[in-house]
Amino acid sequence: MTDAVEEYEAVVVGCGPGGAAAAATLARNGVETLVLERGVDAGSKNVSGGLIYAEESAPYTIDGLFPDFREEATERPVTENLIHNIAGDKVKSFDIGDLHHHDTAWADAVLRRKMDSWLAQQVHERTRETGGGLLTEVHVTGLLRERGEIVGVTTEELDPIKADIVVAADGVNSELARDAGLMDWEEPEEWFQGVKAVVDMEPELINDRFDVAPDDGAAHLFSGDLFDGVRGGGFLYTNESSLSIGTVFHLDSIAEERAEPHELLDSLLTHPLMAQWLGDEYDEREYSAKLVPDSKKAAHPSPHTDRLVLVGDAAGQMQAQGPIIKGMNHAVTAGALAAEAFADARARGDPSQAGELYEKKLHDEGVMDKLQPTGYKMFGQLGEVGPVDDLSNAIADSAVGRFGVRAAGGLLERAYSSPRLISMIPDTKLPYVTLPTVIAEELGEPVAEENTVSPPDLADRIGDLTYDVDDPHIELLDKSFEASGTAVTACPVSAEDFGGGCYRDEMVQTNGSTEHLVSLDTQPCVECGTCAIVADTEWEHPAGGKGVEFNRG
Amino acid sequence: MTFTYEDHNAMHTVVMTKGVPDFREGQVSFDEDGHLERGKTPTVMNPNDKHALRAAFQTKVRNGGHVSLMSMGPPGYKEVLQEGMADVYADDLYLLSDREMGAADTWATAMTVATGLQNLDERPDLVFAGFKTADGETGHTGPQTCWCLDWPMITHALSLDIDEDAGTVRAKRLVDGDVSEIETVEAPMPCFIVADPEFEPTYRKASHRLKHKDLREETQQRAEEYEEHLKVWDHEDLNLDPDYIGLDGSPTIVAGVDPIPKAPSEREATVIEADEREALEPVLDELTPYATGD
Ligand SMILES: Cc1cc2nc3c(=O)[nH]c(=O)nc-3n(C[C@H](O)[C@H](O)[C@H](O)COP(=O)(O)OP(=O)(O)OC[C@H]3O[C@@H](n4cnc5c(N)ncnc54)[C@H](O)[C@@H]3O)c2cc1C
Ligand code: SF4
Repeated sequence: MTDAVEEYEAVVVGCGPGGAAAAATLARNGVETLVLERGVDAGSKNVSGGLIYAEESAPYTIDGLFPDFREEATERPVTENLIHNIAGDKVKSFDIGDLHHHDTAWADAVLRRKMDSWLAQQVHERTRETGGGLLTEVHVTGLLRERGEIVGVTTEELDPIKADIVVAADGVNSELARDAGLMDWEEPEEWFQGVKAVVDMEPELINDRFDVAPDDGAAHLFSGDLFDGVRGGGFLYTNESSLSIGTVFHLDSIAEERAEPHELLDSLLTHPLMAQWLGDEYDEREYSAKLVPDSKKAAHPSPHTDRLVLVGDAAGQMQAQGPIIKGMNHAVTAGALAAEAFADARARGDPSQAGELYEKKLHDEGVMDKLQPTGYKMFGQLGEVGPVDDLSNAIADSAVGRFGVRAAGGLLERAYSSPRLISMIPDTKLPYVTLPTVIAEELGEPVAEENTVSPPDLADRIGDLTYDVDDPHIELLDKSFEASGTAVTACPVSAEDFGGGCYRDEMVQTNGSTEHLVSLDTQPCVECGTCAIVADTEWEHPAGGKGVEFNRG
Repeated sequence: MTFTYEDHNAMHTVVMTKGVPDFREGQVSFDEDGHLERGKTPTVMNPNDKHALRAAFQTKVRNGGHVSLMSMGPPGYKEVLQEGMADVYADDLYLLSDREMGAADTWATAMTVATGLQNLDERPDLVFAGFKTADGETGHTGPQTCWCLDWPMITHALSLDIDEDAGTVRAKRLVDGDVSEIETVEAPMPCFIVADPEFEPTYRKASHRLKHKDLREETQQRAEEYEEHLKVWDHEDLNLDPDYIGLDGSPTIVAGVDPIPKAPSEREATVIEADEREALEPVLDELTPYATGD
């Protein structure tokens, strides 16, 4: 046996859409590529809403790279797209088909376990031909360095591996991006938290209740006063024989309002508007959650260093285009561009130029403009400044504002469908809560139907998940409530006065004084990443194949 | 005994296995007297042999070569061999089977298997056996086979490293005793290895895991048409004298079998509230005789 360090030309970490696109493109260029994925199966760790978009303007799309993709890996295409503005039981719905169709070749609903496993199979076959291949159940722990330079990766399960290029496609909680010092887990403002339930439903019922043909599907978005003032919104997408229903909120807002994510999801599930789609029998199959980067603030302008390139969520490349969420498509484009950059650099005889070339391609191909629109930079951020924000909210809510809303009903619908206007929206209460509420109050009709759904409680949701529990993968560094107490509510599998979750708080008597302390049990953790930001922790993923396993995603 | 086949260059590993009743809950059935109902209980590959086969598979992944799985038993054991091929790995299968071999004890079995091993086209470098069968529980057959071959033997192997150039195998083995210890030993090949149930193959190289994945896919496909990879040999193929094998060749006489009485379903218990020191006195009184060895 030799003890020489193993070497591959390229190592891709993670096999979500970003990793799959990178690996396929590397393989197509004849680059010997090893793909390392920590899940028991690609997709077993992943969550999205999710609608995957193929943009007309994108240099790479998922079906371009994997021709059978839509046939094999997706659910229903979106043929109907509405946003519902909600105030109490009053609802005003806008058709946002224009926004949806703008620059869209197609958009399909997906379930990540099915989608990513299929992609992984393709990726394995293609990379195997290059002398590499895909391995699951390998947790990449960090970067391998020689004399301070990145030369490969270290893993929990394998000996260190060297590579000419390391593609970090390891998602929103990228350990590699943190190890390289390119990303951090500091500011809640840079992130959303997404929570989702998959609900089983017979295909015929779906066709019926959503009034769609068997091969068509619907996308419904929700905003207004149903989420207790927390900034964000809800979604409902139709799959072949299930529904994906979830919420996406700004993490700083969840933290400030001390909101319980699972309760916000329940607010959506139990709203009268949902009754027409959910009916009487509610069959929730999976509860899941994950952080989502907000590219406007988190996208790294120069996502590379040495031989390391970041793609997709790992680089913060997740675009919230108003209510439309585009992460997977950008991960695909970025992954393929990074691979292309390496192939170009290698052809020029200088693989070390890959990072620079990749950055240039992100700009030249217009990806960075989508991720960080100039409109937002100019106007949106201005709207987030305290006094301006307060003023806008006050105007929208005032008699003048309300009059405007009544007068401009049709215009508003068009405004919601304008990609340009949408990209300028500031991250304040105005677009998420105040305006939709005012719209619904002034223009909406009350929903008469009664919603009889009673969602499972948190203990049942946790109980239904599959876990292979290992050693704790998160260490709580500061146990004081001030430092880490937010996690008790913000963690999607914890709640105040709930003993079965990850985080709980208690009053502890020590030498006569009382301390408010937080404790952590990682057993029911769904690895969303929230507490890496809102609590003082040492946060790592569990070992390969360990931890939570999503069957739907 | 010597092998005629000498010129080979790739590692050849053979694993010995046996079918046993599937003792898992829900599979096994017993009659009213507590006797095993063989007819109603499915036969599976002896679980400990799977550890041995995994160990052999590790040599294939790391060092290449060829893995054969061999068993002596009734024709139904074909499926036991198929199970090993599908669940772990095998390049080919050998079943030593005919009436004359029936009702063999461990000695007659060892004789037969050792002859089977010598009948292979290629001399094995390593032969593996599992640690005890789930039915007989003797743990004799492996070592007796090794005795027939007159090879060095490593028992209770926990991990292996093969140096093909030097023609040696190094192993960590569990030394049982009052204090369990792990020792490292080295032996020249050919060598006989009894894998400990704790044997855990390790693959810390990406290339090994990739090869493992390829080979697993291949063996699963092969298992679907396993009979194309199966050789069945009877005593004539092996040139064995019926007097030395099967029941006639078995010196062991089972004098009798005592059923193990069922554990009483409920135990008598005395509950003692240990709030006070005095309350624990009766507990001490009860335990003292044991502590002094009475
Ligand atoms: C509730 C919710 C709704 C969303 N809705 C949408 C939507 O409708 N449309 C859309 O386009 N996007 C949506 N997104 C965002 C989208 O899911 C992400 O942007 C997208 O998955 C990013 O792809 P990626 O390849 O960069 O990372 P991921 O898909 O997260 O893949 C990362 C992969 O890396 C693996 N990995 C991580 N760390 C390691 C490690 N250390 N070692 C080995 N492997 C590792 C993971 O297991 C995973 O397979 C949503 C997200 C959420 C949470
Ligand atoms: S413990 Fe942390 S990472 Fe795990 S589910 Fe809770 S918030 Fe998410």
